[in-house]
Amino acid sequence: MIAIIDYGVGNLFSLQASLNFIGAEAKVTGDREEIEKARKIILPGVGAFGDAREKLRETGMDRLVVSEAEKGKPLLGICLGMQLLFEESLEFGRCEGLGLIKGQVASIQEDLPADSGLKVPHMGWNKLRFTKEAPIFKNTKEGSSVYFVHSFYGKNCDEALIATAEYGITVTAAVRNKNVYGTQFHPEKSGPVGLDILRAFNEI
Amino acid sequence: MISKRIIPCLDIRDGMVVKGVNFENVKDIADPVEMAQRYNNEGADELVFYDITASVEKRKLFDDVLVKVASQIFIPLTVGGAIQTLEDFERVLKCGADKVSVNSGAIKDPEIIEKAARKYGSQCVVLSMDVKRVDGAFKVFTMGGRKETPIEAISWAVEGVERGAGELVVNSIDTDGVRGGFDLDMLDAIAEKVNVPIIASGGAGCKEDFAELFTHKGIDAGLAAGIFHTGELRIKDLKEYLQEKKVEMRV
Repeated sequence: MIAIIDYGVGNLFSLQASLNFIGAEAKVTGDREEIEKARKIILPGVGAFGDAREKLRETGMDRLVVSEAEKGKPLLGICLGMQLLFEESLEFGRCEGLGLIKGQVASIQEDLPADSGLKVPHMGWNKLRFTKEAPIFKNTKEGSSVYFVHSFYGKNCDEALIATAEYGITVTAAVRNKNVYGTQFHPEKSGPVGLDILRAFNEI
Repeated sequence: MISKRIIPCLDIRDGMVVKGVNFENVKDIADPVEMAQRYNNEGADELVFYDITASVEKRKLFDDVLVKVASQIFIPLTVGGAIQTLEDFERVLKCGADKVSVNSGAIKDPEIIEKAARKYGSQCVVLSMDVKRVDGAFKVFTMGGRKETPIEAISWAVEGVERGAGELVVNSIDTDGVRGGFDLDMLDAIAEKVNVPIIASGGAGCKEDFAELFTHKGIDAGLAAGIFHTGELRIKDLKEYLQEKKVEMRV
């Protein structure tokens, strides 16, 4: 079973439905025992970093996710869920993350060149560039398009960077630190390409 | 770079897609799940579902359709029609919508934009507007384009974005159904004033219309219904054509 961590943020309908669709048993849960028993964990998230971080803390899910990841259990953070894995976020002041991925979360707007004319959020379909081989992309061709919706992005993740997308700046699209994965884009909204990425995660 | 989006719009009544412009012709219907599947296979970048059900009792049928589609098709889904309150947002989001488009509901109560943006994030809130020229000015209409309001379209677009709308669907009543091309003058006038994605709607008659649309700065997506539903224009062919024309596409 894949445990989709429920800590009171966002709409988890598509994530659960997409996992069911590929034949992976998945459950939205905030139950400690269930999460400990799960084969894999997905940390979803939408909204603001600070609020989500606080909710993770209140529910005790932060320590649980970290300890399960440290045991070697495959963990996938999606969108804000990926950003939460980082060391810190600079969204509305500094805020500490879970520290499973090196780097910071910063504003796209502030890092875009002044004359870019690009809209923020970075929203829509953008193409993946791989910087490193990774098991979650074993079924995915470079240049495939995936669906993004975000105003902040991870940076300075060095060795953890596995894929990028271009949007005036080079946006971190996916990261990996051993068994810990993160995608800035939404695989559950990225059509057949996204389903292939979820299949690959399911098969790890 | 972000791709331009091609978006088919499905009008749903009594649980079925109404294909024709003439809503009275009940034979001209299609199964929404099959149709959504076909568009997904052809490479549609997003789907819009519009609830044109007249009665509240039939709303359950719409919700069932949405759940079925969202359980099988994993691209962004926008839902519009009959969205008046935050409860309506909640209802369709729970059924699998990713974005909710509000039109007359926002004219009646503009604060719904703020409230929804605060609760679900701006990326979830789409302001849809039906616009028509009246004495040289762009005016917002309601009731599916039948009722004129005193609201000026450009200032309404600006206000909607200030209140938190993350995207605009701009439908031109003047070009809608005419198939003579999108209303580029009107779209330009709005795109110049706002900095959120704009989905152009109304007037698509051929693939060249989309190519021309995407030469206009600030237009992110083209939405159409009839031309896709009849099969006159296949999304796959359209996207291949646009890619040849150097428009950034997801293929």
